[in-house]
Amino acid sequence: MYGIPGMIARRLTQLVPVMIVATFVVFSLVYLMPGDPAIMIAGDYASAERIAEIRQIYGFDQPMLVQYFTWLWHVIQGDLGQSLFSNEDVLTLIFMRLPHTIVLVLYSLVLGAAVGIPLGILAATRQGTRLDKFVTSVASLGVALPSFWLGIILVTHLSLGYHWFPATGAVSFFEDPIKSLHYATLPAVALATSVVAVLARQVRSALLEVLGSQYIRTLRAKGLSSGAILWKHGLRNIAATMLTITGLQANRLFSSAVIVEAVFAVPGVGNLIGYSALNKDLPVVQGVALVLVVMVILTNLLVDVLNAIFDPRVAAST
Amino acid sequence: MTTPSSATTPAARTTLPAPRRFRFWKWIWSDKRAMISLTYLLVLVLAAIFAPLVAPYPPNQQDLMNLLMPPSAEHWLGSDDLGRDTLSRLMHGSYNALYAAGLAVGIGVVIGVPLGVFIGFIGGWVDEVGSRIIDGVLAFPPIVLAVAVTGALGIGLTNAMIAVGFSFAPVLARTMRAQTLVVKDALYVEAASGFGASRLHLVLRHIVPNAIQPVIVEVTLMLAVALLAEAGLSFLSLGVQPPESSWGGMLARAYHYVEVAPEQMYAPGFAILFTALAFNTLGESIRVLLDPTIKR
Repeated sequence: MYGIPGMIARRLTQLVPVMIVATFVVFSLVYLMPGDPAIMIAGDYASAERIAEIRQIYGFDQPMLVQYFTWLWHVIQGDLGQSLFSNEDVLTLIFMRLPHTIVLVLYSLVLGAAVGIPLGILAATRQGTRLDKFVTSVASLGVALPSFWLGIILVTHLSLGYHWFPATGAVSFFEDPIKSLHYATLPAVALATSVVAVLARQVRSALLEVLGSQYIRTLRAKGLSSGAILWKHGLRNIAATMLTITGLQANRLFSSAVIVEAVFAVPGVGNLIGYSALNKDLPVVQGVALVLVVMVILTNLLVDVLNAIFDPRVAAST
Repeated sequence: MTTPSSATTPAARTTLPAPRRFRFWKWIWSDKRAMISLTYLLVLVLAAIFAPLVAPYPPNQQDLMNLLMPPSAEHWLGSDDLGRDTLSRLMHGSYNALYAAGLAVGIGVVIGVPLGVFIGFIGGWVDEVGSRIIDGVLAFPPIVLAVAVTGALGIGLTNAMIAVGFSFAPVLARTMRAQTLVVKDALYVEAASGFGASRLHLVLRHIVPNAIQPVIVEVTLMLAVALLAEAGLSFLSLGVQPPESSWGGMLARAYHYVEVAPEQMYAPGFAILFTALAFNTLGESIRVLLDPTIKR
């Protein structure tokens, strides 16, 4: 099979082993629990029957691989188990909170790309100037800045000080999109800073490499204007790089979201996994980790497919 | 080409003067950013080790008459909600920060480097399987994995940082694998192999030393990532447990009392920022040192 459908098919088959490894890591968390997992899950005061029941439900009396595939079969059917605390269905719990996290992550991706990519282009086209040095320094600071600290500073000054933004909480995007974005602005800014820094840096160095290449020099010699070179040749050549780097930020953003959601009391999945870990609510912890890792893997797939659509050479070569 | 000198061929790199000490001082003198970062980190390490001796107060000594004080002559950086001296807690917290960063990166290296060399050197289906495992673990956001592991294994700094290290391992393994693939076909490896060197000898004496350079840079940059992860996890009270001090934990308390004493949130935040910045700057400097063709 050739072309984009063939490429997608090949990518999907490569995805299977990756998914198996990722889900296996999530599954094996249960083995990290000290002591008998059945007693841990049932709770300290559970009756012997309850423990036996749990042991049977989770299949702890079976070999590990059998347990894994049993678990996986349940997961594929959408059964992630129940919360040990509220007894609520884990998948329902996650789907109630996931939209808040997705709004936050997408918002900060858009913010980060909208600021970071132009900054990188500016720095590269003015290499060695004061502006370039300023952008590179700010990018270094941005990478090292703890996003949750920035979040605290933003809350203190812009929410508690000036009351421009609500300090904590979130509003559903489907109920009131504007209000939802208003609530999400400060956490998104806190998250976007590292995206801005990484994108500015990587776009700068990718563009510098392209602009320094032989064929650009030829174009210059032929008398093409700098603007035409930048837009028709420079940026077009780094489009795939920009897309790939932006996609890779999803992983980083889910990481930071766990902490930033706690700062802003956003009822997202990051916050959910945080307090579930404190409460030793393993099914919820496993569920959130699973959903997030699958989302990262699918984001990577999406980036590959988009790259193939924009650049047919990618589809042909992989 | 089979003269003994061909075993040490990567000639471009050996043009620097031979004596190692001399080279270090020359480098550090010529690279001011590296000098500043390294000096800062050295001071931090000393502060971490000697905190019990040099800190003005014991880190957990409460002074309930002086809660949430602004900076003063007695408390240079003020005091927290239990009247504990912020500067002293900051100094004691640096131990946990450095320990956490070192532990996570150490675990990443111990798992990742041998794994990468192994699958790269053996190749074939081992490489195929190993690479898929690497991809699978790589998909985990490090903090999500760390939170998940603390949820199962129990909260605490060591558990959290083992998980962060586990998520670093595939990154290092991937780099090491790619490097090994390049180096193992180099002429000097072939030459050594022709002289009857064992596989172990080839790996330890020729492949690892010549493939490790990008890992050194990556490891330095990872120290910053691990430091930020420790701060974040301790902020969520999944890492360092009170009353032990950590920069992230201090930020959590400061955030709680932010309306009463907003200045308390600055010192720990700057400590995290400067330390992460120092690791990153040092990493970039080492990158330039190892590959002079790179411009900043």
